[in-house]
Amino acid sequence: MALVREHQGPMLRIARMFVSTQAVAEDVVGDAWVGILKGLDGFEGRSSLRTWMYRIVVNIAKTRGQREGRSVPFASLAGDDVDAPAVDGDRFQGAESEHAGHWSTIPADWRGLPEDRLLGRETLEVVGRTIESLPPMQAEVIRLRDVLGWSSEEVRNALDLTETNQRVLLHRARARVRRALEDHLGKEPAG
Amino acid sequence: MNQANELTCAEMVELMTDYLEDTMTLELRARFEAHLATCDGCTNFLAQLRETIRATGRLTEEQIPVRDRDELLRAFRDWHRDR
Repeated sequence: MALVREHQGPMLRIARMFVSTQAVAEDVVGDAWVGILKGLDGFEGRSSLRTWMYRIVVNIAKTRGQREGRSVPFASLAGDDVDAPAVDGDRFQGAESEHAGHWSTIPADWRGLPEDRLLGRETLEVVGRTIESLPPMQAEVIRLRDVLGWSSEEVRNALDLTETNQRVLLHRARARVRRALEDHLGKEPAG
Repeated sequence: MNQANELTCAEMVELMTDYLEDTMTLELRARFEAHLATCDGCTNFLAQLRETIRATGRLTEEQIPVRDRDELLRAFRDWHRDR
């Protein structure tokens, strides 16, 4: 049951990206667990166990989504801002400048910040809320990579992403969290 | 100054994840590091990204507001019982 408790939440979220309702997602994850239990003996260890498990969820969810006539375009999962710059253009000097493309205001140095400011509860809440607000595939990639500490290869195999897509999604997600932290840390600490 | 070969800060920012993921060619990596060595803004930005990753790493699944975990577990138990 510990295995289920650890993975049920992320698996449901991932399944939900591809199917129409939460109930169908629960069904998909149920079927995936059956597949996992049946397939466990034949698991060849060519990928990590968790990668293999999540890939089963993704495959079943995609098939179910197709059967529901719900084809989810990659762009809607990835977010339509995925190619947007990581930093607003106005942070850089314009073409008329001798130093075009260089910082107009230099980003703050966070290395001097007290640890409880950077990693305190308030800051972590900002990080959590920002991740929750990301387009689904960006949120999933940053959760698996930076919250749960999976490798890029594991994430790419589990979510059936190309190497480039994985990296672009991670880049965008981290950029959004950095931006939210910049706004938060730029304010005076509460209390 | 070798203008053609020099990355701008705007370009640097978009390469930061490639740099952290270690997916650059040696040639691009050398240009990236050459820029970094003389640019406080990009050095700070890279440090900000590293701190962002560190803060994100302190989160637990529970700190990301998701649907009620108990509800999920109940759903799974129901499913299990019905089979």
